[in-house]
Amino acid sequence: MKIIVKYVLLDLLKNKTILVYTFILAVLAVSVLGMSGNSSKGLLSLLNITLLFVPIISILFATIYFFNSVEFTELLLAQPIKRRTMILAEYAGVAFALSIAYLVGVGVPVLLLNYSLASLTLLVSGLLLTLIFTALALLIFVLFKDKTKGIGAAIITALFFTLLFDGLLLSFIYSFSDYPIDEPLLGLISLNPVDLGRILVLLQLDVAVMMGYSGALFKEFMGSAIGSIYTVACMSFWIIIPMVVSVRKFRKKDL
Amino acid sequence: MIAIEHLTKSFGKFKALDDINLEFESGNTISLVGPNGSGKTTLIKSILGLVIPEKGAIKINREEIKTNWAYKSYIGYMPQIGRYPENMTIGQVINMLKEIRTDHSRYDEELIENFGLRAIQNKTMRNLSGGTRQKVSACLAFLFSPDIFILDEPTAGLDPVSSELLKDKIMKERANGKLILITAHVLSDLDDITSHIVYMQEGKLMFYKAVEELKKSTGEEKLNKVIASIMKKDYLKNHAD
Repeated sequence: MKIIVKYVLLDLLKNKTILVYTFILAVLAVSVLGMSGNSSKGLLSLLNITLLFVPIISILFATIYFFNSVEFTELLLAQPIKRRTMILAEYAGVAFALSIAYLVGVGVPVLLLNYSLASLTLLVSGLLLTLIFTALALLIFVLFKDKTKGIGAAIITALFFTLLFDGLLLSFIYSFSDYPIDEPLLGLISLNPVDLGRILVLLQLDVAVMMGYSGALFKEFMGSAIGSIYTVACMSFWIIIPMVVSVRKFRKKDL
Repeated sequence: MIAIEHLTKSFGKFKALDDINLEFESGNTISLVGPNGSGKTTLIKSILGLVIPEKGAIKINREEIKTNWAYKSYIGYMPQIGRYPENMTIGQVINMLKEIRTDHSRYDEELIENFGLRAIQNKTMRNLSGGTRQKVSACLAFLFSPDIFILDEPTAGLDPVSSELLKDKIMKERANGKLILITAHVLSDLDDITSHIVYMQEGKLMFYKAVEELKKSTGEEKLNKVIASIMKKDYLKNHAD
């Protein structure tokens, strides 16, 4: 497994898309942090950039990479290698490469220009989102046979979690505003990894209460310590469940 | 060496393999022949465990392959389309496989030498022509001197010189008592190296016979003509009913 991860990484670290992704993140991070005098404002902008870019780039890139390496996967599976080892190694390689890109692009500028607990939380949130959306990409690769359909599903998944979900949540809040819906709302938010990522960072910032309904709710109900643990746990499930399903399904997949 | 029993596989409504029974012995070169979509690649992939069969069993050295994956160390596989990670070099791909196959420490690098891949081993896969990628695939199949070779359209896309080199290598391995399975469209290419022919059509096994026998029964010398004359007979028979 280690060997496959190593060579997938060797390939991906020379990949142009990864390099461009790192570069764009770095430029955005440096300019956002440099522009605003207020450090928490800068972090907020960077949080929004993370929440917008990381899910869609991770899921699209990973899906395309998995589908493009089908032939290579076949060749390796013709060697005495377990299917589970193969798919986990591929996931690890891609997730590792995307994580490095994020850590170099956002992590280095943030730690140099704006080191704080909140900045570290932002990095954790970005990393978890990378792992989650790469895992979702793996699931899409396992479930779809056709590359075009798979990429379509990846785009829809990313848009659903970054845009559509919040819209649905708002309409839910709007239509049930007469009822005490705070607690069901907390449950619903846990269904969206992007929201979880946002809350995780907002809990560390003083502006949490100012930043919309979900942040305020979490702070009120759980306080920042338990709230953080809860969000991290939920996000871990968002990695583990797609992975377990993928490994199961891949055992029976026709290549 | 390989026994296939009642192998059936369908993709949706399409029956890719329909109750196939075959037995391959070592020391033979077996050509899988048939029109496009006749199930040749599906058969090969089932043997490799890449396609999971619905019914039937495949046994290699009398052991059923279903749950077991270690049997793949007996097999050298050369895929039809060789696609590799774009930024890897030829050398890296070869080293990667060597590192994965810890069960081997001696490698058969004859083809790597003969194809002259050493001189271009720092080229990345992205910059290689289809033929060169094909050569890399061939080298990987032969690298660990397996007992069974499964070659999917090995000579398609190779230039005549390399094609001859590969054929020589195949003959040499056969003389060593190895089993070689080849799929092909272009039969004339394989004339001199084939010992048995498996002819498939629409997922069904039409016949499995020794080349000598076929030549005798049809009175033709060239394999292409042999197959053509059988297909013609078949066609006439189907249309007479």
